[in-house]
Amino acid sequence: MADFDAIVVGGGLVGTAVAYGLARRGRKAVVLDEGDIAHRASRGNFGLVWVQSKGFGVPEYQRWTRRSSEDWGAFSAQLQKETGIASGHERPGGVTLCLTEEELDKRRRMMAQLHLEAGETNFEYEILDHAQTKKLIPAIGPQVVGASYTRYDGAANPLYTLRALHAALLQHGGRYVPNARVEHINAAPNQFSITINGTTYAAPRLVLGAGLGNKALGEKVGLNVPVRPVRGQIIVTERVAPVLPMPTLMIRQTVEGTIMIGESREDAGWIDTTTPEIVHTLAERAVKTFPFLRDVRIVRTWAALRVMAPDGLPIYEQSRDFPGAFVCTCHSGVTLAAAHALHYAQYVIDGALPPELARFSTRRFDVQAAA
Amino acid sequence: MFKLLPDTPSERVTVLVDDVTVQVPPGYTAAAAMLMNTDEATRTTATSNQPRAPYCMMGVCFECLMEINGVPNQQGCLVIVSEGMRINRQQGKREINV
Repeated sequence: MADFDAIVVGGGLVGTAVAYGLARRGRKAVVLDEGDIAHRASRGNFGLVWVQSKGFGVPEYQRWTRRSSEDWGAFSAQLQKETGIASGHERPGGVTLCLTEEELDKRRRMMAQLHLEAGETNFEYEILDHAQTKKLIPAIGPQVVGASYTRYDGAANPLYTLRALHAALLQHGGRYVPNARVEHINAAPNQFSITINGTTYAAPRLVLGAGLGNKALGEKVGLNVPVRPVRGQIIVTERVAPVLPMPTLMIRQTVEGTIMIGESREDAGWIDTTTPEIVHTLAERAVKTFPFLRDVRIVRTWAALRVMAPDGLPIYEQSRDFPGAFVCTCHSGVTLAAAHALHYAQYVIDGALPPELARFSTRRFDVQAAA
Repeated sequence: MFKLLPDTPSERVTVLVDDVTVQVPPGYTAAAAMLMNTDEATRTTATSNQPRAPYCMMGVCFECLMEINGVPNQQGCLVIVSEGMRINRQQGKREINV
């Protein structure tokens, strides 16, 4: 029997961020990680720390995302100080580039609405025409009619971030157990135990941070977590000299010089492979946006599965049947990593989620589907 | 540093390695042609300008990046030499003109 203050199921960006937050606050945390057979959204992530366009119609989500983006700089600096690993986080602002007047009009209306919904948190943004966009990013092509810009947007390297979180977790006395697929959970209020390979891990707190695995795990502790996979495909190019000074929603250049092209969304079940049609569509739009990409070499493509709730929002909840059991899941594990480490971990310790996270409760799923 | 295999055909293809004319057997890759004619680094890395040279010679490691006929960042181990091919070292990141 190994006693802990908290068991975290899931060793990706979400689970490890919460576990790190717990360990930093002096709590004994153990991470149970399924292994490489898991779908591992954290390994396939695009890496944006993105604010604009998050939370349309849901001000609580806009605020939570914005808060995480504000926290990211300190979060990244702290991880680097503790582990020596740089997350590659940058916050130069970001743009969503529009190729038609219709796209730009839609964008303009969306940003105006987000501004309204921000209330006193004052969401600042700009709608740029072609010339103004070209001043920010000279590489755009003539087909770019304009863009929306906010200074809140940025990006990080998801792999370095994950590695830093793992290293920091261990430094703070946390434990990481690989190849630990959780099949059974012994649950009682504020009393949980899980046995893996003959070792029983016990704790008064349980955090489900296992991405798409949360659906089945949640059922074991009275949590309804209706997440489904949404596939995203990504194109990766050769490394080139700095040419994109800030990320766009679809295309960004990494610190190392690689250009990543992404932003596809498909319901493809559990199939996490790329398709020629989507790669073609991505490449076509990328070349229209940045004509220089025409002769930049693609070195690989990949696909990964987003962890998506029916309404696209995160799911944060404490079980009513088994108090002490929490679920923490979202499709923005990079953007929200700072909030999960710095805030969500504290709520787990407190044993209560604050009112500002009530909008992300599983109660929103407690309605009957229309026939 | 390297020796030719005993059964190497006697024909030769003329290529330019770093602007120097050299002759290599047909079927050789650009990376092999470079290795035959230098025992120094054949590129510097994109992130930290570290010296590197071809390593896996089978398309996996990307250590053999070179500029071939004016196109940068090519995997030299996957490109077969042809008459008059120009092969140059890759220095750091590829530059982009926009």
